[in-house]
Amino acid sequence: MTFIPKPKVAHPSLPKNALGLTRRDYEGALSTLCAGCGHDSITAAIIEACWGISARPENVVKLSGIGCSSKTTAYFVSGGHGFNSVHGRMPSIAMGANAANRDLYYVGVSGDGDSLSIGLGQFCHAIRRNLNMLYLIENNGVYGLTKGQFSASADIGTKAKKGEVNQQPPIDPVLLAMNLGAGFVARSFSGDKAQLVPLIQAGLKYPGFAVIDVLSPCVTFNDHEGSTKSYAYTREHFEPVVQADFVPFQREITADYGAGQAMPVVLHDGSRILLRKLAEDYDPTDAGRAYGYVQEHIAKGEVLTGLLHLRPTDQSEFHALNRTPEQPLNQLPYAKLSPGSKALEKVLARYR
Amino acid sequence: MSPASRVNDFAIKIATVNGTGSASANTLLMKSIFRSGIPVMGKNYFPSNIQGLPTWYEIRISRDGYVARSGQIDIMVAMNAETYGRDVREVTPGGYLIYDSTWPRPTLLRRDDITVLGVPLARLCNENFKGVRTRILMKNICYAGALAALLDLDLEKIRELLAETYAKKPALVESNMQAIQLGYDYAKQNFPCPLPLRVEKMDQTSGHIMIDGNTAAGLGAVYAGATVAGWYPITPSTSLMDAFKSFADRLRVDPETGRKNFAFIQAEDELAAIGMVLGASWNGARAFTATSGPGISLMGEFLGLAYYAEIPAVVFDVQRVGPSTGMPTRTQQCDLLAAAYASHGDTKHVCLYPANPEECFYMAVQAFDLAERLQTPVLVMLDLDIGMNDWMCRDLRWDDAYQPDRGKVYTKADLEKMEKFHRYFDRDQDGIPYRTFPGVHPKGAYFTRGSGHSQYGTYTEDSVEYQIVLDRLLRKFATAKELVPKPVIDRDPKTEVAIVSIGSCDGAIREARDLLRSQGIATNYLRIRGFPFGEEVEQFLAEHRVLYVVEQNRDAQLKSLLTLETRVEKAQLRSLLHYSGLPVSSSFIVDGILADLAEGRRAVVGAVK
Repeated sequence: MTFIPKPKVAHPSLPKNALGLTRRDYEGALSTLCAGCGHDSITAAIIEACWGISARPENVVKLSGIGCSSKTTAYFVSGGHGFNSVHGRMPSIAMGANAANRDLYYVGVSGDGDSLSIGLGQFCHAIRRNLNMLYLIENNGVYGLTKGQFSASADIGTKAKKGEVNQQPPIDPVLLAMNLGAGFVARSFSGDKAQLVPLIQAGLKYPGFAVIDVLSPCVTFNDHEGSTKSYAYTREHFEPVVQADFVPFQREITADYGAGQAMPVVLHDGSRILLRKLAEDYDPTDAGRAYGYVQEHIAKGEVLTGLLHLRPTDQSEFHALNRTPEQPLNQLPYAKLSPGSKALEKVLARYR
Repeated sequence: MSPASRVNDFAIKIATVNGTGSASANTLLMKSIFRSGIPVMGKNYFPSNIQGLPTWYEIRISRDGYVARSGQIDIMVAMNAETYGRDVREVTPGGYLIYDSTWPRPTLLRRDDITVLGVPLARLCNENFKGVRTRILMKNICYAGALAALLDLDLEKIRELLAETYAKKPALVESNMQAIQLGYDYAKQNFPCPLPLRVEKMDQTSGHIMIDGNTAAGLGAVYAGATVAGWYPITPSTSLMDAFKSFADRLRVDPETGRKNFAFIQAEDELAAIGMVLGASWNGARAFTATSGPGISLMGEFLGLAYYAEIPAVVFDVQRVGPSTGMPTRTQQCDLLAAAYASHGDTKHVCLYPANPEECFYMAVQAFDLAERLQTPVLVMLDLDIGMNDWMCRDLRWDDAYQPDRGKVYTKADLEKMEKFHRYFDRDQDGIPYRTFPGVHPKGAYFTRGSGHSQYGTYTEDSVEYQIVLDRLLRKFATAKELVPKPVIDRDPKTEVAIVSIGSCDGAIREARDLLRSQGIATNYLRIRGFPFGEEVEQFLAEHRVLYVVEQNRDAQLKSLLTLETRVEKAQLRSLLHYSGLPVSSSFIVDGILADLAEGRRAVVGAVK
């Protein structure tokens, strides 16, 4: 539970980031999830990612709905505000929070139940508004907290722990997000930290809606033989097609990425996402073709991972479209907000 | 009543078909009377439809300044064949009926106790205007012209209003004026003008405006400094959001950068609308939404979260007729209980009850101050009558010295000095804890949750820790009693009969009290303006043996709230319930109280006019 204290002592030689903070400074309360839960690996990846980009902890806003995944916002960056809202409605909280202060990092953590069933509408509309946030779906195909019901991401033919076979088609968040026009759509696996950390970093920096569908096996209710969201099944069918590396603007591109295949995408603050194609016939910047490619592979039972779609320039972010000021709305002085008594007199003239 | 005494004291009802431009003609009539210095009321009874269904507009001219329906119709302009029968029947004996005499009138509907005036409106317009649409529109302007002659309205005022309306299309001023003149001349030539029911210039409207409550509330939100608006369209609240946007587009744009100092977000539903409001408020912006009954139902879960996690929010509920979809374009006060106790679990919400557009403006500002002071949702309970009808109000005023009350918020400097921040700790013993905003200081970080939490802000399933917070929320609610607007009380210690009411019933009650007084019945009056009820309400209730609770719903919701939340004895309260969907009239209240007094003080229920 979150009231279990962690030891405060940190080793003096722990590496420090540009703010002089160690990874320990990005940790949160102790996880109360089952031992071996994929979600905990994702939490670790978020901690690593935030430390790596030297985000100020107080500038990280953690938002979630209800479910196992939604509990995890308590387990990282304790120096940032968290908001565990109601089931499926995190995107609207994120929208309001982001409208009030555009300067912070908004990390939404959701699950397949929270995002694809009860919250499907809000998920879709957050994409439509191109809300600047990182939206992580910790996808395990199952309702954990209520003990093992299928979720809307469960594949046809997958077997529940008690033996029931799912016959309804899944909703795939990656295809859905691409279809709705999201500019940053990725899929990853909780067991592949090397792929996940740079994806999270790139998603945090991306100036628009960034979604990462992270397959995250449920060790208690969906890790058995016959499940298509188990560790074993995911490892077997996991196929990275594009590697994204994130390069903070302070750092030079290292020789590793210089070999012609890497395509740098420069973000607004000068940082870069380097896309390395691992499949020859795949172009992640072409939304239509990326959609077809991912869909074809799903039909073949393959789980493509990586930054599957990236719109290199994004002009439609919420604040850009709404022409709000650079200064966050919650910091505008009242003098700038009140039209004053003279203006009121003019307004009233219309009603005489 | 002698005809002479009806100068500036009568009611006109105009029956038309919606989508035919009658709204412009009716506003023109109402506004020209207002500009002649005569107090006037305009009420629109419209269908939930875009074009083709019956619609009515009622104009009451009241030299005494009464703003409610009287319950009488002295002049009926019957322009809609579909409703002609009921329209004819509704005219008070001795009154007038004006109809389009281009076609013969159904003789079955003859009445000998009213005067019938036929004006060939369609023929006049067909002869003078081209095009089907123009002819239909002008027919409505034409009856305004006939009324101008019959009532002795000032044609110059009408021209002036048309010139303002069509400032950018001068050709329309001329064609509209021509239609006015056609009706005017026909009436002058064929009837004895003016009628005994007529208007005469007064000087009773200076320092006043004609405005609807949604516009006033939207304007109030701008002045309150609201920066985030999340909303979903629903009748009759939509025009509140439209008003906010249109004022903000003019008054909230940075003159140098052209940037908008507000975010206006149309949500996918009411659940998202309130979610956005909570997200923004939690993050330190003043945020609000407007909705109606069905929206309040949908917002229930989030309102409970806001109550328990202590997040400010301002919700304008422009009430309409329920249950379910009900009659969306008709008025009622039927969300009183739903709003006060919205959401599951032990929840209670602060509610404000404006009686007119003027109060909508001031209470909008107050709602934001209260929401942030108390860190809880505040529901401002308008209704369709207040929200969408034009009411004569005193000029709205603004004090430039006003500063928003942001409530208890720790700044960066406060947090730096602090050992540890506890979100839900009652430091000041008033039930209100301190909050922090994201992005300020890592020491201010805490975890907001709707699940059980302790006074230190940590997750809990411990009974004692849970109850400490829940009991403090009750103390906070007690603090709210002192902060919500005080009731308006008119009291004479000699009188033991009293009227208790809320919101838009006020106009009808003021008139009803005068009428009762003229019959020798003195009444005291308590108008409640805020929930939770304060000591003034308790005291007034305790001081009266008989209390008539006037409200516009079937189930006596205000009465229920009073019996639940005050010390009043149930037997002291008698209900006068008006729930037809039309605004309550003064005669309904007078008749109800007289009947009850006559019938040995039995409760008067359900006598709907």
